[in-house]
Formats: sequence, structure tokens, C-alpha cells
Amino acid sequence: MTVTTPPVPVRTTRKLPKWAPVAVLAVSLLLALGIQFLGDGPTIAGVFFIGAILFAILMTVTSRVVEGERWAKDRLATTLVTFAFIIALIPLVSLLWIVVGDGLTRFSWDFLTTDMTGIFGQMVEGGAFHAIIGTVYVTGIASIIAIPLGIFTAIYLVEYGRGPLSRGITVLVDVMTGIPSIVAGLFAFTLFLVIFGPAYKAAVIGGVALAVLMTPVVVRSVEEMLRLVPNELREASYALGVPKWLTIVKVVLRTAIAGITTGVMIAIARVIGETAPLLLTVGIATGVNWDAFDGRIATLPVFVYRQYAQGGASADRAWAGALTLILIVMLLNLIARLVSRYFSPKGVR
Amino acid sequence: MAVAESPPSDPEAPPKVRVGRTPGRLGNRVFQGISTASGIFILIILAAVAIFLLVRAWPALIAAPSAFEDVGFMLGRDLWSWVWPLLFGTAISSVIALVVAVPLSIGIGLFISHYAPRRLAQGLGYLIDLLAAIPSVIFGLWGIQWLQPLVSPLFTWLSTNGATAWLEENVGPTIFTGYQAPARNILTAGLVLAIMILPIITATVREVFLQTPRLHEEASLALGATRWEMIRQAVLPFGRSGVISATMLGLGRALGETMAVLMVLSPGYLINFYLLQPGQHQSIAANIASHFPEASGLGVDALIASGLILFIMTFGVNLIARWIISRRAEFSGAN
Amino acid sequence: MSKRIDVNDLNVYYGDFLAVEGIDMVIEARSVTALIGPSGCGKSTFLRTLNRMHEVIPKAYVTGKAVMDGQDLYGPGVDPVEVRRQVGMVFQRPNPFPTMSIADNVLAGVRLNNRRISKSDAADLVERSLTGANLWNEVKDRLNLPGSSLSGGQQQRLCIARAIAVEPQVLLMDEPCSALDPISTLAIEELISELKNDYTIVIVTHNMQQAARVSDRTGFFNIAGTGKPGHLIEMDDTTTMFSTPSEKSTEDYISGRFG
Ligand SMILES: Nc1ncnc2c1ncn2[C@@H]1O[C@H](COP(=O)(O)OP(=O)(O)O)[C@@H](O)[C@H]1O
Ligand SMILES: [Mg+2]
Repeated sequence: MTVTTPPVPVRTTRKLPKWAPVAVLAVSLLLALGIQFLGDGPTIAGVFFIGAILFAILMTVTSRVVEGERWAKDRLATTLVTFAFIIALIPLVSLLWIVVGDGLTRFSWDFLTTDMTGIFGQMVEGGAFHAIIGTVYVTGIASIIAIPLGIFTAIYLVEYGRGPLSRGITVLVDVMTGIPSIVAGLFAFTLFLVIFGPAYKAAVIGGVALAVLMTPVVVRSVEEMLRLVPNELREASYALGVPKWLTIVKVVLRTAIAGITTGVMIAIARVIGETAPLLLTVGIATGVNWDAFDGRIATLPVFVYRQYAQGGASADRAWAGALTLILIVMLLNLIARLVSRYFSPKGVR
Repeated sequence: MAVAESPPSDPEAPPKVRVGRTPGRLGNRVFQGISTASGIFILIILAAVAIFLLVRAWPALIAAPSAFEDVGFMLGRDLWSWVWPLLFGTAISSVIALVVAVPLSIGIGLFISHYAPRRLAQGLGYLIDLLAAIPSVIFGLWGIQWLQPLVSPLFTWLSTNGATAWLEENVGPTIFTGYQAPARNILTAGLVLAIMILPIITATVREVFLQTPRLHEEASLALGATRWEMIRQAVLPFGRSGVISATMLGLGRALGETMAVLMVLSPGYLINFYLLQPGQHQSIAANIASHFPEASGLGVDALIASGLILFIMTFGVNLIARWIISRRAEFSGAN
Repeated sequence: MSKRIDVNDLNVYYGDFLAVEGIDMVIEARSVTALIGPSGCGKSTFLRTLNRMHEVIPKAYVTGKAVMDGQDLYGPGVDPVEVRRQVGMVFQRPNPFPTMSIADNVLAGVRLNNRRISKSDAADLVERSLTGANLWNEVKDRLNLPGSSLSGGQQQRLCIARAIAVEPQVLLMDEPCSALDPISTLAIEELISELKNDYTIVIVTHNMQQAARVSDRTGFFNIAGTGKPGHLIEMDDTTTMFSTPSEKSTEDYISGRFG
């Protein structure tokens, strides 16, 4: 790579003081407010949107005048890059805000423990108990399939795999990570249609669909964790006369267990909110279905979607369901991070 | 397994090292067998996805055009003239998502890798990763409830400002022509998609930016470059292929995302560029989700056929993305 | 419990690459044999063939003979895992298992092999091995702390304790002090002198003084150029090697006049 020589930055002009950006920001926001008064009256979004544009322009121009062109460009880049980050935070914050705000209307212990049997019209009772059970079922089935399959595949790739087979699996696992969830749903649907006929509906179909989505995620994260285990530990174990498989189980997996747990939990968190494949495969139900192998079953994401589509009093239930779902997902993520922080052995990573 | 070529041992020798089957052997066999079988099973699953979809799509693929007249949601069209607008809708929503998300991701990646204080970088990265954890159905709710009202004034302005009006009068309709509230149009759907693929692109981009050899960066700074000049000279050229492959990964995700489009977009089956008008476009994935529950017979087959097309498209896009990444890993020496 | 090893015309390959060629060597029981030579000449490679550790590397293989007290290490039906239980190894960087306590690290050879051991036997073994590794007094109050909480030199002695806990015949050490400070190095050297009463020890070292201090016999490895195989140039009593070596290149290397 060649690095072209920029002109030597001998400063011929003054540098802007530290407080300059803050001052410019204040001026920009005030100006934005003023402009809004000329139009339809100010809105918060409007002030920030126009203010941001004004800030970028004013800051660059000021810097151009005082500091010169190269520094002006640098300032503009800093401004834009920082804006990019802030823009990304807006959806995150606003989303959590409205989910918590709207969700709390109906979120309660009752909501978590009742189902939708006998709820119709504008009744405000009812809850997501059946959907929570369904989500546990479907995700549980997916986990039972995907976690062992993913862990063993990762072990194959890291500890045994050589040559074209291993390279092929690596590539296809990567590609499989990108399978659209709706395609996984179609696959599970057709698989069970061919085997059990068109009348069969059960949680297990959704579980298979989610397993297809979950397996590559598990493989990738476990593989990464296994590769972090230093080779020296494997050698130390071999040198003690420990067979390879025991070395893998008792040294490699044991050393990586915190990372593997984290990876698996994040994989679960990823699929627990999948909606589209469940929409196609397990449908919706109003009550609890305790049988994973027979009959339609409600799941939390589909519950949220269906309730919202019905509107009215149901929309509140949708938001409460969304809050439940986000709490579950965030909890899984949080525990996963804590596990990896506090249970990772020292000396690894 | 390594080969130990060795002459036969001296039969007289006292067997101090125990000869014969050790307990480890069976364990090794079984364990290696299970691991290899798992790897192969993944290949089988992937093949099964393709085969099962193909088998069920086949009746639709070979059916006579007139056979689809009974399928209500196909509006009397044959398979291909029904799929084309859907393909177009899928493509245009994904392109909008990329146009918004890629520059943003590059900015975020740079912010985390080169602007934010080192100590904060990991935490900020984690914030962005949180976006990836949010279920798509909730993004759908957010799109309707929060984003639509927010962008509505902007869309109104885009479609009614002087320039648009002048163009409409003198040239013809523009992409902003004919906005109708609420903003259930392809642009809003594209924006929601953009937010959803943001963390995927950012994750990769951030990694490559962080991998920029410090030597190049310091060489540039030592020559008196500003931070931005250093990024232009050292970081961006180094990260280019990474950005491209990240873009492909994001595209793969955007093509197949269902719920955001399904919930935000008011569907239509036309091929046009009216980004702000409702009822013009629809994506393949959202279309499957909205019609599958009540479809029957050939309708199911047609939907599965469109799913097969989606599968092939995303498969190709992801394959290309991985190919770029692996080429990069071979040549850059960074990994 | 100590054995002699006879190596006869041993070649080591990494795939097509012949890394070490035609080694003939006698490693005496109850003695310290030092292997010296420039980097990349195949000392580690050769050392690892003595307990078949090279087989961990794909495509690595050996031709020739290595016989331990009459038992061919590469004989048919000999399991490399069994060989490694007889021939222990200590590595360049201390590598205690990070998930295990100090005591569990010592017991690793037993526990990892799923062998049952009573509580009192285990405590005995831990004390015996740590004492043997000159570490007992330093760690006896914190046996349940993780092994990684020790200093580098202590970790290395912990690794030695771990290796002798499985009661091997031979102990291989690949530059065991190169990652340690001088004081820890001294501790390990003292330990080696004590261990040779019970074990056959082979040590690879880059430190000439160390070879002179601890070893009874010294073997000098050299390589003709990159891509060429390493050879054993000469081997003799350490005193002879360091005073009157018979080869010119040995003398050059020992006196530091090496290219
Ligand atoms: N895992 C391996 N695969 C291929 N070649 C190797 C491997 N390990 C070592 N070599 C080669 O074998 C030769 C001897 O290496 P080594 O035994 O490590 O030397 P030393 O320990 O004397 O410094 C070197 O040329 C080295 O490149
Ligand atoms: Mg070496």
C-alpha cells in the first residue's frame, strides 16, 4: 500500500477554541427553532433535523475561514461520523421507549398468566400465557436440534476438519446464516407436508424451521470460541497421555464453556423473535397447547403480529407482548454477556 | 491422522509400553464419527431445503399460464408476470435499505474504530449489536407507530416542494410524486430495513477498520495528515473489500426480511419508481407471509416457487459476499 | 523409574518436507541430555518425536526407530497415547489449564483420563508432585486458587509437577526457561538437577551456559541452510563438548562465532 504525502501541515492560522463546536451547536439549534417558527411551528424532530444540517454547514464554514481547508474537511468528517453514530442510536432508543411506554398499558402479572380463551371484541382481558408457553416449546425444540448439531459441527471444523469437506462446510454454514427466515419456514412446512400429509400442524414444525436458522449461528460462535482456546492447552493434555476426544471434552470444551454458553444464548435470542416462519408453520391458537406434536400453537411473535393486526383493544396486548418479547431477548443477551464476563477463565482471550 | 511408518518391532522386547487397544481409541472413533456426521448433516439440511422447495414448486413451474386463473391472490396473472413485480419490489426495497445503511454503517464503523475513545469502543459496539437482537416484528410495530408519523412531514415536503412541482409540470412524474399519508410506502419500508441491516453491516465494517495495520496509520499521521486524511489514505483503502462484502451480507438479509415489509408497506403489484405512493410494491417474502395462511393447491405451489427464487437469490448474494471475504483474507495478510 | 532411549536413523517429515534427517542418538537413563543448536534446525521437531507429539500435526510422520528400553515407540499396535503416558513433556511457555486450580492441574493427568482416585490418594499425589517440583512450600496454602494466579516461574514448575504426577519414565523439556526471568530460571535448573535422580531428562535450550550447567551429555544440531533438513552434528559428554568439541561448527556455535 502506498501512502501519498500530504502537504506538511504548517498552521498559518489559528485553531478554533475547544468550545467552538458547542457554541456553533447552540447557534444552529436556535436558528433551527427560528426557521420553524416561520413555517408551521416547531417540532422537536424538526429542530434537531434542521439544527443538525445547520451545524454541519456552519461548523465547516467557520473552520474553513479560521483554520483552513484541510482542517475544515477534517471537522466535517468528524461531524458526519458522529452524526452517523447518533442516528443509529435514535431507532434503538425510540424503539425501547415506545415499546416500554405502550407495553406497560397492559403488561402485568395477569397478562403473563392468562391466555386468550373466551376473549373477543373490545374485551381488555386476556394475555400471552399460551404464547409464552408456545415460544418456549418451539424455541426449545429448535435448541434441542441446533445446539448439539452446531457444537459438534464446530468441533469437527476446529479439531478434525481438513481438506475440501471442511472448507465446503465452512462456506455453506456461512451461506446458511443468510437463509431468509421465511424460506426456513417454507422448508419446514414442505418437509412435514411430504412426510405427514397436509393436515398435520404442530409446534415441532416451527421448531424445525427455527433450528435451520439457529444451527449456523451456533456453529459460527462455537467455532470462534474453540479457535480461541490456545493450542498449548491441547498439547499439554496430549503430553499427559490424554486421548484426543477426552482432550476435546475436558480441556477444549471446558475452557471455552463460558464463550459457548454466551454464543448459544445469543443464538436463542436471535430465533426467539422470529415471526415469519412461525406464521407459516404453527399458526396461532387462543389457548395453551401442551402437546408439542399435535395441533396449532401460539407463539409470542405471532401473537404480537396478530393482535396488532386486529387493532383496538388488541393493539395494547400486542405492545404488552412486544414488551414481554423484548424483555426475554434483552435478558438472554444480558445473561449471555455476564456469563462471558465472569466465567471466562483467565489466561484465555 | 498422521502416518507412522516404522519397521516391525523387536518381538523379543518386553512390552513396557502397553500394546493394543487403549480405552481412548473407541472414544476417539465415536467422537470423530459424531462430529463429522454433524458437519455432513448440515450439508444435507441445506440440500434438503433446496430439494423440498423445488419439489413443491415444480407443479407451479410447469403449470400452464392459464392454470393460475383460479388462484385469487395472483390476480389472473401467470407465474412469471406475477413474480416479476414482486422481484422488483424486493430489489427496490433492498436497494433503498443499502443506500441508507451502507454510508451510515461506514460512519458508525469509523466512529467506533477511530473516533470514540478506545475504552468506550467495545461498549458502543455492543449498543449497535443490540439493534440486531430486536425481533423483526417489533421493528414492524416501531415502523408503523413511530417512524411513519416522523417521516410524514419530510415526505410531504419532498413531494410538494417547488422543485418537485416544477419537474412534474415540465418533465413528468418524479420518484417523489404523489405522497399520501400515512407513509405506508416502499421508502418507509426501505428505511426500516435499513435500520435492521445496520448492525449486520456495521459489525463487519468495524472489524476491518480495526484491523487496519497501525503501521500504515502511523506512517500517515507522521507525515502530518489530519485524522480524516489518514482515514482516506490508510483505513478506507484497506477496508474496501470488507465494506463490499459487508454490503452483500446486508443485501442478503434485506432481500429476505419479511415482517418489516409486511407490516409497514401497503402492498401493490406494479413496477414503478413512485417511492412515496402506497399500494405500488410488494416483496417476495412479505407476499408469502401474507397469502400463505389462506392459500391452497396451486397457490401454495406458486408461493413456494417464489420462495425458491428468493432462496436462490440470497444464496448467491451470500456466496459472493463470502467469496470476497475469503479472497481478502488470503491476500491482505490481515487475518 | 527411568529409561534409556536409543534412536536409530530417525527422519522426521512435515508432509513432503524433510525437517530432520538421520538422527542416531543414545539418551542415557538417569541423566540430563541437552540439545543445542540454532533456531529452526529441528530440535523441537526431534524432541516431539520422542513422545509422538508430532502426530498432533497433520501430515507429520517419522521413519526410523526410537527404542525405549527395548520397546519400539513406533512399533505396530503401540498407541501414541500410551507412549505419552511414559514420556512426559514440558513446553516453552508455561501452560497450566486455566480452568483448573493448582491442585487440579497437578491431578490433570489422572482426572482428564477419567481415572478414579480417592481423596487421600489425590492429596498425597498433589503433595508429592509439588514437592518434587520444588513448589509445595510456595503454594501449599492456596491449592484451590487457579493455576494462572502463579508467577511465570511458578507456573512452569507447576507444569513440571503436572508432568511428573503421571510418573513418566522420561521428561522432555523444550526450552523450559526461555520465557522466564533469571531467578525462576535458576529455580528450574536446580529442579532439573534433582529430577535426574529419578528421570531421564532431555532438554532443548538456547542458553549455552544452561546446557553446561545442567546437562551430562550435549547434542549439537545444525542445518545447512533454510529448507534443508537438520542433522545431529555431534554428541558427547557436556564437558568434552564445551572444551574440546571434535567438529569445527560445534566450536563456532558454542563460542558464539556462529553466523
Ligand atoms: N508444524 C510444522 N509444519 C511444518 N513445518 C514445521 C512445523 N514445525 C516446524 N517446522 C519446520 O521444521 C523445521 C524445524 O523446526 P523446529 O523443530 O521448530 O526448530 P527448532 O526447535 O530447532 O528451532 C523448521 O524449518 C520449521 O520451519
Ligand atoms: Mg524450538
